[in-house]
Amino acid sequence: MHEFWRNVEPIIYEGRIKVPYSWQAGETATYFLTRLRDEQKIVGKKCPKCRKVLVPPRKNCPFCFVHTDAWVELSGEGEVETFTIVRRGTRIQPRKTPFAYAVIRLDGADTRFVHVLGEVELGKIKEGMRVKPVFAQERKGSPLDIAYFKPVG
Amino acid sequence: MERIAIVGVGQTKHEARKIQDSFADMVYEAVKMALEDAGMGVNQVDNVITTSNDFWDGRTISSMATGDVSGARGKNVSCVEGDGTFGAFYGMTRILSGSYGTTLVTAYSKGSESESPMITNAAFDPIYMRCLGLDLVTACALQARRYMKRYGITEEQMAMISVKNHLNALSNPNAHLGLKITVDDVMKSRKVSDPLKLLDCSPVSDGAACIILANEERARKITDKPVWVKGVSFCADAYLLGDRDLAECKALEKAARKAYGMAGIRDPRREIDVAEVYDAFTYQESMWTEGLGFCGPGEGGKLAVSGATAKGGDIPVNPSGGLLGAHPVIAGGLIRMVEAVRQIRGQAGAMQVKDNVKIALAHGVNGVCGQSHCVWLLGRNPN
Repeated sequence: MHEFWRNVEPIIYEGRIKVPYSWQAGETATYFLTRLRDEQKIVGKKCPKCRKVLVPPRKNCPFCFVHTDAWVELSGEGEVETFTIVRRGTRIQPRKTPFAYAVIRLDGADTRFVHVLGEVELGKIKEGMRVKPVFAQERKGSPLDIAYFKPVG
Repeated sequence: MERIAIVGVGQTKHEARKIQDSFADMVYEAVKMALEDAGMGVNQVDNVITTSNDFWDGRTISSMATGDVSGARGKNVSCVEGDGTFGAFYGMTRILSGSYGTTLVTAYSKGSESESPMITNAAFDPIYMRCLGLDLVTACALQARRYMKRYGITEEQMAMISVKNHLNALSNPNAHLGLKITVDDVMKSRKVSDPLKLLDCSPVSDGAACIILANEERARKITDKPVWVKGVSFCADAYLLGDRDLAECKALEKAARKAYGMAGIRDPRREIDVAEVYDAFTYQESMWTEGLGFCGPGEGGKLAVSGATAKGGDIPVNPSGGLLGAHPVIAGGLIRMVEAVRQIRGQAGAMQVKDNVKIALAHGVNGVCGQSHCVWLLGRNPN
């Protein structure tokens, strides 16, 4: 075997897995994504027990284990809690590198929202920076209907 | 809890790309080593747990594909999808159920055979998160900055962890990436997703690990050098990144507290002789040393710079080089357990931190940004 292995080109089997999935967003995410698409509004859902406003909204509160009930409309503005400037490109990123991801605390929400920053000088991004959403021209009912968040003012 | 011991351990050499062995061949090698280490035949294995991830393996029910090489044919075999430490936990509870005297646990990954960004992107919620294109590295970069900013931790402090672990990996014959480097080398390495640079990130490796667990009666028959489980616990945090404060690791703190309680440990830094923790990135070793109570919140950077976590320090962390030295994804935590066992037995060779290791800690993580943690306290004496 040793002799054989030294003189052979190893055989590689190229995978062909490309399975189409159709994930149902469900009523809660569908409502959120429809409001994004049709009205350019970000909405959250409030837990009746802990009163936390969850964005993105969930049908069930992950903290209290009860159904959420009331919808809350947000202004869309918020502040950057943390961020990263991405240098290494991959084929799944929505933008060309370098670009920034941010964890954003939206006004009126109790959870954080993760998205992309745009129209911003990368070297000037700071924690606490106020940002607002810029909506995509063509909207499909996807979190990317928000094209990016940009600095306020 | 009834006494449980680890009676055999094995691991392959971890490499960037294993060409000669298929992933089942690789698992077989680790299993064979663990059986030989325990002096057991495969017929003495009562049941089997494989730890794997179908996305990484590119096959459905990959546990079944590695059953044969894990000695599972004709036996009860189950799979844990996650880190090897969680597989070991399940394996232990199967013995505690009274149904089995021994459990063989395997964990493996061939990171070279797929694309890490695509696989780890699939860990995110497909409706709300996946389209953003985040992967393990970019998500952890968000956590790194949040943590470092909160506590005033510097990139240079984190670079010290890279220097230490890559140096430690040089004395580990199974490591993938041993390097003699300086803080300056780390600081000048290619920016990946700031504040993470190339040398802050663990490599993606190919490799496998195996441990064999036994109840006290069987352990004493199998070996005269059992390593005892003194305490173990795991705890998970919320799934979505936005539901957590990424600067904190509450799930680890809780898991550690519980495991220490079981092991009767009050002062972890003083009572633990060596720790093998899940350092997928430099900042993670720092965060986890805080979560494990080796120092106070926000002091992980100072701890690393002080030399306390070096091989000759008072609380050596990752003398094997940790994941920065080799990271075959799913096997990451189980390798930590293998290394902890070897330290307790005094078989760690050039990695041995001292002659008489009484208590060693092994730690595993599952989920993005340390969503869940498993903490094991292993010891030489059963009491």
